[in-house]
Amino acid sequence: MKSSAKRVRRQPLSLQELSKKKAHEQSEAPEVWELRLYVAGQTPRSLAAFANLKRICEEHLSGRYNIEVVDLKEHPQLAAGDQIVAIPTLVRKLPEPLRKIVGDLSNTERALVGLQLRPAKSED
Amino acid sequence: MTKATQRPSAANRSLPKVPSGIQGLDEITGGGFPRGRPTLICGSAGAGKTLLAMEFLVRGATEYNEPGVFMAFEETAADLTENVCSLGFDLETLVEEKRLVVDHVRVERGEIDETGDYDLEGLFIRLGSAIDAIGAKRVVLDTIESLFSGLQNEGILRAELRRLFRWLKDKGVTAVITAERGEGALTRQGLEEYVSDCVILLDHRVTEQISTRRLRIVKYRGTTHGTNEYPFLIDEDGFSVLPITSLGLQHQVSDERISSGIARLDTMLGGKGFYRGSTILVSGTAGTGKSSLAANFVHAACGRGERCLYFSFEESPGQMIRNMRSIGLDLEPWVKKNLLSIHASRPTFHGLEMHLATIHKLIQKFKPQVVVLDPIGGLIAAGSRRDANTMLIRLIDFLKLGGITAFLTNLTSGGAALESTEVEISSLVDTWLLNRDIELGGERNRAMYVLKSRGMSHSNQLREFLLTDRGFELLDAYVGPEGTLTGSSRLSQEAGAKATTLARQQEASERERGRKRKRDAFEARIIALRTEFEAEGEQAERLATQAVARDKVAENREVMGRRRHADVGKASAGSRKIPRSGNEKLGKARPAATS
Repeated sequence: MKSSAKRVRRQPLSLQELSKKKAHEQSEAPEVWELRLYVAGQTPRSLAAFANLKRICEEHLSGRYNIEVVDLKEHPQLAAGDQIVAIPTLVRKLPEPLRKIVGDLSNTERALVGLQLRPAKSED
Repeated sequence: MTKATQRPSAANRSLPKVPSGIQGLDEITGGGFPRGRPTLICGSAGAGKTLLAMEFLVRGATEYNEPGVFMAFEETAADLTENVCSLGFDLETLVEEKRLVVDHVRVERGEIDETGDYDLEGLFIRLGSAIDAIGAKRVVLDTIESLFSGLQNEGILRAELRRLFRWLKDKGVTAVITAERGEGALTRQGLEEYVSDCVILLDHRVTEQISTRRLRIVKYRGTTHGTNEYPFLIDEDGFSVLPITSLGLQHQVSDERISSGIARLDTMLGGKGFYRGSTILVSGTAGTGKSSLAANFVHAACGRGERCLYFSFEESPGQMIRNMRSIGLDLEPWVKKNLLSIHASRPTFHGLEMHLATIHKLIQKFKPQVVVLDPIGGLIAAGSRRDANTMLIRLIDFLKLGGITAFLTNLTSGGAALESTEVEISSLVDTWLLNRDIELGGERNRAMYVLKSRGMSHSNQLREFLLTDRGFELLDAYVGPEGTLTGSSRLSQEAGAKATTLARQQEASERERGRKRKRDAFEARIIALRTEFEAEGEQAERLATQAVARDKVAENREVMGRRRHADVGKASAGSRKIPRSGNEKLGKARPAATS
């Protein structure tokens, strides 16, 4: 079932290959970011979230990421797996630990903090 | 499914209800929860919210053919299944049979960051798919407030919750939402604002280390409902609410009299014993034979083929049977015949409500004609005096309603007045026997009397009794000049009295004999006098005869003289005038004779 969901929206293969290649080049941070975005239908908010996510990834994780979009309208049974309550929710599967970011990612600063691409200001 | 809502009362016609299936709750709510609407259950931690909600679902699935969805925000499905297993709910089977869905929603703040706009569509989808999967009619959201701790944007949350409850109504499911009790408000997050059709408050109080659970319907729109706080308990059969405060004084009364098991005590009670269905209280200080009296009563009742339920708060069943054997009562056969059931528990083992509920449950299961509570004072240990009092009133009302004869014992503590009961239920009892000990002459003896007995003439005597291996023996009342006496002083006094009586009897017979002798003497004298008198009479007669004879001689002499022509005229004239009376004759005859 999950495999079918993965095929819903997938980044072009070239991007995936590119990320792998980049991972080899950068031995310091070799892992590929596994990201999963849960949406419910093609709502403006979902679309905005997807667009925002893609932009952030391109800027900060160019070639090292993998985005999977799950539409709960089509696969409601998948909501339980990642404990999805709010929509949209972005789940960072890898690297660990698991992180969840809810919202349309319109606040880039907070999204970066949430993804731990940038340390939170309060923690510094 | 529809049969569940069809109940006769008018209140239900105006508002369709879904029976919760929880014992007692449907009585208070007048039929259950509002159909197709959300009901809020609030209470502090450990108040029993989850269990109430779960039982609502399980009963719905098993008894009313209404499948349900349990959405747990705090416990995992596995934990939940395990937890309610102790209440006899088999969630796994229900889930397999597609009559129940348990979904655990975990929202952890540590994992979640928020950026930008969102909604709770994920939750809606999960709930919606679960409802559709089994055609659920009932939904439980167990502590949906945990969302507030997981998600920060309260504005969004509130709007979404409002949407959720509306959505649930649109779905036509009967929902139960649990919420944590808040400071100064019913719920921490003010959920009562959104769910306002029916609000039930659960309370778990601990007073003096003993907990009691209570339930109150705060609000139930469009229906009448009980407004009191009702005690409830959670045990192996699930949740049960006790709507007993509504009991009144309309019970049927019986004219039948039943023996106390002690013939002489029956005599003291108008000769026939107690009324069936009445409440009997035996109070007294320690060791005055209260339990023995109770056991006698039970023994007699079982002998009549009645069922007895004995609640012992001090002795274990085995100990009780052994001890009663020492006074010649063998209760064991009754236990074996299932006529007698002894239920022993320490008063402090449960809260009062639990006791009350246990008693209720056992009574309903065992259906006894006689119930013994030994002793009721022990129940105070399980709650406050006031609570114990309320509980006993409820219990007595309940027993009276069922026509069950209640036999209560109460320990009077040393300092208190004998006529006081610790729980002040004296006005509730119909027959009150008071056992006391009397200290006299270096001994302590047991005595009892009937303090009151409604509706029958009863003895006013203080009677001593013995507990022997032959049983309970009421002795003759000994009331001497020195008051009521007991024990050996009674025996010695009795002996003394016997001696005095004997002496008095002897004296009396002596006097009688003396009198008889006197009479005999008197009569002898009478006889003697009469004899004397008679003897004198005889002599007089003899004298008279002699006089006559002399007269005759004189006459003869005259005749002879005349023949000789002698002058004897004077002498013959006197003798001719002889009077007829003997005495005169006698008196005059003598001088005549001597002359």
